[in-house]
Amino acid sequence: MNEFLRPIGVLLWKDILLELRSRELVISLLVFGIVVVVVFNFALNATPQLVTAVTPGILWVAFAFSGVLAMNRAFVREKEEGGLDGLLLSPISRDSIFLGKAAASFIFMLMVEAVLLPVFAGLLNFSPASFSLVLTIVLATLGFAVVGTLFSAITVQTRSREILLPVLFFPVILPVLVGAVEATKQSLGGETLVGLGHWLPLLGAFDALFLVICPWLFSVVVEE
Amino acid sequence: MAGTDNISQTLYESTFRWSHIIRVDGRMNLRGCLLVLTGILMLINLYMIFMVAPTDAVLGHVQRIFYFHVPLAIVSFAAFLVVFIASIAYLFKRDAKWDKIAHSSAEVGVIFITLALITGMIWAKPVWNAWWLWTPRLTTTLILWLIYVAYLMIRSYAPSQSKAAIYGAAMGIIGFADVLVVYFSVQWWPGIHPTPVVGPLAASGSLDSTMRSVLLFSFLTFLALLTYLIMERIALHDTEERVRKIRFSLRRARQDVISGD
Amino acid sequence: MVVNPSPHDPSPSDEAPSDKDSPRLVEPPSSGEAIVVRGLEKSFGEWPVLWNLDLTLRWGELVALFGANGVGKTTLLRILSTQSKADAGSVQVAGFSPKRNPQAIRRRVGVVAHQTFLYEDLSCLENLVHYGRLFGLKDPRERAEEAISKLGLSNRSGSRVRTLSNGMQRRLSIARAILHRPQILIFDEPEVGLDRESIKSLRAVLEEWTEAGLTVIMTTHDLDLGLSWAHRAAVLSGGRIQFPAADEYMDGVQVRQMVASALEPGR
Repeated sequence: MNEFLRPIGVLLWKDILLELRSRELVISLLVFGIVVVVVFNFALNATPQLVTAVTPGILWVAFAFSGVLAMNRAFVREKEEGGLDGLLLSPISRDSIFLGKAAASFIFMLMVEAVLLPVFAGLLNFSPASFSLVLTIVLATLGFAVVGTLFSAITVQTRSREILLPVLFFPVILPVLVGAVEATKQSLGGETLVGLGHWLPLLGAFDALFLVICPWLFSVVVEE
Repeated sequence: MAGTDNISQTLYESTFRWSHIIRVDGRMNLRGCLLVLTGILMLINLYMIFMVAPTDAVLGHVQRIFYFHVPLAIVSFAAFLVVFIASIAYLFKRDAKWDKIAHSSAEVGVIFITLALITGMIWAKPVWNAWWLWTPRLTTTLILWLIYVAYLMIRSYAPSQSKAAIYGAAMGIIGFADVLVVYFSVQWWPGIHPTPVVGPLAASGSLDSTMRSVLLFSFLTFLALLTYLIMERIALHDTEERVRKIRFSLRRARQDVISGD
Repeated sequence: MVVNPSPHDPSPSDEAPSDKDSPRLVEPPSSGEAIVVRGLEKSFGEWPVLWNLDLTLRWGELVALFGANGVGKTTLLRILSTQSKADAGSVQVAGFSPKRNPQAIRRRVGVVAHQTFLYEDLSCLENLVHYGRLFGLKDPRERAEEAISKLGLSNRSGSRVRTLSNGMQRRLSIARAILHRPQILIFDEPEVGLDRESIKSLRAVLEEWTEAGLTVIMTTHDLDLGLSWAHRAAVLSGGRIQFPAADEYMDGVQVRQMVASALEPGR
């Protein structure tokens, strides 16, 4: 077990270190998120009631698009410097490589969401302090990270990769979006965990399903 | 002139000698037979849809689109099931045959599902006075369309033929797994328009028995059409592969000649 | 003394043998050849690149591989290092088959390629420590420092790779390749971008390797360099290797002729 987890930790640490050095990803995601909220606010020209109704949607559109940006970067850096080949030459299993990259993307996206959430809460006037909301965010982001890492590995080897990634990503991620928006709507409306019905299990099932499929497909996709 | 004689001869044969389609080189040509069968079925089907099926009490003749829309949608789901199975088979066996089956099924499936969406919209307009409505079936159909268009895109953007096969297989598996989750999430989605119990969108349980038989026949017809088109597409892939192989051995032979001196 | 498993016995504790005991370089397996290739075939779509390729490398030799651009030298090296898969034929690297035991091979080979495999925003030391950890070394930091000093980069070990010159980056990538004390070095044009001093230290490293009984296969476009460093030379052309047999030793004139004709335009 340790042999499996150790490389994931090594890769995760490396990506965190790289991100701390260059800081390009986290900052651009933050700024992007804020821009999205502001744009939506003006575009909808909203009354308070409308804003309340639409808030979960805005939140998740912002999170999803930031997610796509984060995913795009996940393998681009590796490709440019031959990092992926370097990883493939190391005696670690392909599953570990996948999980390491997915874990890094997961953590970055969570960091961005952790900062964006209070900002949105202030702008859109809701309270972010809710366990069910946090759980929703964690589960949905995990789904984004797992699917996105696989698609990123595929599209990084193609042309027009910036266009291709959203085109692949969004249709597949749609159930996560639906589940996240509905669950958010209910937790903002004051529901406890129990009242969330099928949404959290749906997110959980999605994550479980793709955590099994995606590492296997990654090892297939990445071999030469 | 000899040339024009040949042309008119060929034209004559392809127009009047139908046996060429069914038999090639003295053997039964499966594809040709299926083409003829499908043609006949479709003629009967059209007759049944427009002549035999009763006119709907509420909607009138427009309702007949139903006999196109529903079979198209269901048959395209069948095509995507084939894509899923062929993708898995390809990843385990790495036999190009499975890749051809997957690719062809996806292409034909996308055509069918596009038609399903279009007929769905044509149907929606007179019924609800809206081109689109977020019902469970239409929504799932739309998402399926997006996923399999993405399948075709990733194949065409892939850097090489072998990578295209692998990426396609990955997408085929993910797409199908996703459809299951999509189905549930769409069922429970509050924003969705509920499927009415009575009326034109009602579940087939409330169908008149003649309507049901016509629907079933239409379903079989479109299934035959799907199968035929997929087989044709696979045959086209086979031809492409043969050309590739010829080029391949020519290149090798050339290299051998050069270095053998 | 390290006791190595025989090449046909994939050991359960599959670490690079030097990790535990040997203070310096690892002892090679006592039996078998370093690399054995028979009937190798590889093509990219419609383009055949390698076919009918046979190659045998013994332990303790440095083989220089020549050939025109695009003839498939890099492809062959990628197959040996498990980066690519062969379409057909049998390959044995350090006694293991890439199909069945790729991880065992990866532990035992060190690769230098056109890409450096380095992360530009990390320092030299951080890069090597990272790879050391990936290889499961018990003391990645010490080994990283050792490899860095062997390539003469100690004074820049804390600098980000981005700030290094091209030649220094190439030297660092060589340090990365020898970090885990592999048994076989697979080097693709390692001398490119190196100045005279660096080439001397590279030669020293390679000589140390072969004297310890380990093997090096390198491609190069530099005829003189390749011929003076190598025990044997081989030429890749027409999809296969000329001079495949382990017993044939090079005759400088012969090789030059062969290489020159292989490099002729139009091939």
